[in-house]
Amino acid sequence: MLPADLKPERFNSYPPEARKLVTANLATLQRLPLTFLPSLLREAIDYDYKFPAERKSLDTELKKISSLPIAEFGDWFKGFSEIHLSKEMENFDWVGSPAQFVENLSSYLWTTHQLDGFRKAAIEYGNRLHEAIPTEAPPFQRLGITVVGQGVSSYNEQLFRKLRPHGAYFKNVKPDDGLKILLDAVAARAKAHASPYAHWYIDGGQEAEHDPVLTAVSYRALEGVRATILKKMRTEIDQPGMGPEALRTALAQIRPRDLGLSDASDPVLDRFRVRLLTEGSGTQIYSTTFAQWAAREALRRAQPLTLLVRFAPRQRQRTMNELLSLRPEQVEFDPVGSLVDADMGAYYNWLNQQRLAGAEQSAFLVWFENHGDAVAISPAMPRGTESTVATDLKQLLSWML
Amino acid sequence: MTSFLSSRAGSSLTTEAAASPLEISRRLAWTRREFLRSAAGVTLGGALLRFSPTARAQASPIKKRKVIVVTFGGGARDQETFAPEGQENIPHLMKELIPQSTFFARVVNRGILGHYVATASLATGVYETINNFASLPPEHPTAFEYFRKDLKRPSADTWVVAPSNGFNRIGESSNRSYGQGLGARVILPKHLLTAAKSSDADYAHLLRDNYETPFYTPQLGGGEFELQQLETILKLSAADFRAHALTLSSPDELSLYIVRQLMREQAPSLLWITMHDIDIAHAGTYSLYIEGIRRTDRLCAELWKTIQSEPEYAGQTTLFVLPDFGRDSDDDAGGNGFQHHRTGDVLSRTTWMMVLGGGVRESVIYDRPVDSTDLVPTLGALLGFSASQSQGKPIAELL
Repeated sequence: MLPADLKPERFNSYPPEARKLVTANLATLQRLPLTFLPSLLREAIDYDYKFPAERKSLDTELKKISSLPIAEFGDWFKGFSEIHLSKEMENFDWVGSPAQFVENLSSYLWTTHQLDGFRKAAIEYGNRLHEAIPTEAPPFQRLGITVVGQGVSSYNEQLFRKLRPHGAYFKNVKPDDGLKILLDAVAARAKAHASPYAHWYIDGGQEAEHDPVLTAVSYRALEGVRATILKKMRTEIDQPGMGPEALRTALAQIRPRDLGLSDASDPVLDRFRVRLLTEGSGTQIYSTTFAQWAAREALRRAQPLTLLVRFAPRQRQRTMNELLSLRPEQVEFDPVGSLVDADMGAYYNWLNQQRLAGAEQSAFLVWFENHGDAVAISPAMPRGTESTVATDLKQLLSWML
Repeated sequence: MTSFLSSRAGSSLTTEAAASPLEISRRLAWTRREFLRSAAGVTLGGALLRFSPTARAQASPIKKRKVIVVTFGGGARDQETFAPEGQENIPHLMKELIPQSTFFARVVNRGILGHYVATASLATGVYETINNFASLPPEHPTAFEYFRKDLKRPSADTWVVAPSNGFNRIGESSNRSYGQGLGARVILPKHLLTAAKSSDADYAHLLRDNYETPFYTPQLGGGEFELQQLETILKLSAADFRAHALTLSSPDELSLYIVRQLMREQAPSLLWITMHDIDIAHAGTYSLYIEGIRRTDRLCAELWKTIQSEPEYAGQTTLFVLPDFGRDSDDDAGGNGFQHHRTGDVLSRTTWMMVLGGGVRESVIYDRPVDSTDLVPTLGALLGFSASQSQGKPIAELL
């Protein structure tokens, strides 16, 4: 089937809000090339489980595409239209399973040497969209905080090498009650600027006590879910003929209720949590990977105004089969290796925050937990500087914001 | 291989998207070249080189020549290797190997960025399009087949030592004119260890398989190395093998151990080693990725020392070290930095190659583009076979 053949009833299996969205924009969808449309449908089919920022972004994108004059519409999608698809691809159920189609499309583009053309078309489209839709600045200064090094008593290597050039390095920060100070500050922002999914706390281990006003995700709280997913993975792997693509498809089909998460809780957040474990690579095994990927996905999808990420020690490296089947009491931790992971993770958290609107005004703090080292990045902080002045985290935040 | 599609409307932090891929590739090669010129004291190759006093070692007679190819561990980025902040991770390459080598700073891979298919492409000189995760042979003749058929060499004269069970078909292609019985013998050290190990010993750290799909190990088929051949070919008892394996810390260390044994006992003329420890990066743990780079750096230097100390190899071996491809840059919003090689960006396609040994100029760097398919015709020119179906060209600077 081709996009021009789309009918409203083809979307009957979509959740209600998603169905409403696509049927309202059906005329536009019918005009889109098949190399592009399924990636749009992949987003649309999850509309009911998307964060407000994602819904807004998808609404705006569809509105913009629908408003394009015919000639301009052709220009926007020319690169995608020039990519040749096989009959097999055309016959795939790309309406019902758009994510699987996109997965197959990726392999198809690689093997038919059309990847570069697709990549060029995608970049051009992204740039056009970016230019056409004015960036909306966040209602107030965005703040990211990353806490690293839990469980490390001393560390002699240089920390924050990648972040220091962008802000001020403080080496005499009073660590007392540091985490509580930061969590209180984050909660205060959440209360002062209440908005759904706008203020987050992600922990790579056990959540510290925090205000329930925060959207919270933690590795420890998902232990049961992780165990169930790992069990499913083992079962799938043992199936005859199982390959990586089939495994990925099987994981993508897992829903929160398959894992014992109640429909009565927060379906949007539950879906997000499950996806961290079914779509992330290494998130099921290493808590540092989980924390970094969770932060990346929260920033990309929810575009929070406040995000506190705390890394925790991950387990030591063993074989994947062992890691899949270890009982909690058998786990050995690697605090120093985790600090190295978290140091890079903090840099990625900052980079991902900088990809959001208002980047030039945003603030970012990274702190070595229970130690005196921190880097503060904000328009108020001189870049590439060092300070030995005695301070605490509360004061540091007040200087930044 | 899909995440670039998720960045449909993603923005890029830098101006990379504005520069052409050619320009980015050129810039990368230039910075890599400058890093090496300042840190390792190498000379820029080019027209002046013909009059340069830089030593060019004497090439051995073609019949005695040996070639060893090492793929560098699953891909590492410049910022963790050749850039100033990364050089601490590759002290052996920087201080020992590069000063003795001809270094190509701009090796471009235009094929599929999956390890098996990319390694198959390196081995055939054609951008293969086979499924990266299936147990399939390459579709075009490999260097091993050209070598054996053209030069009428026995099967014991060319070997592949590979890290993952998924590489068991890399030795010979499905091509009708070559293929079965004309390829390299393949040793999968982990497969060997699995067969040799006793159940109560802890070899688990040596048995890690494919990091790209860590939960999946393909069933073996084709010409894998059988356990009983430990004794007949490697002259190694299962007990000795097991005992030594316990002293090693990673799959690539196990591979090097097998390589040394193979060099000593069989002395193949064409030997191919695929290292893989660095690919732990797929798990998203930066510290383990860095450990992998440091270990691979050390193992490359140890291999070079072994070459110098083995009478069959000393003075007549050319060593090629190159990654199959790089990893995603931090700047592409569609990727997740060092973790994967999924965006297909220029940085993950632009790698390097160092060549050292008999007949190779020392301490020279070239930043002209070389295609990764150029490897096989170059091996052909050095060893005397014709890579007739390869898409690449022999690298003139090495001939």
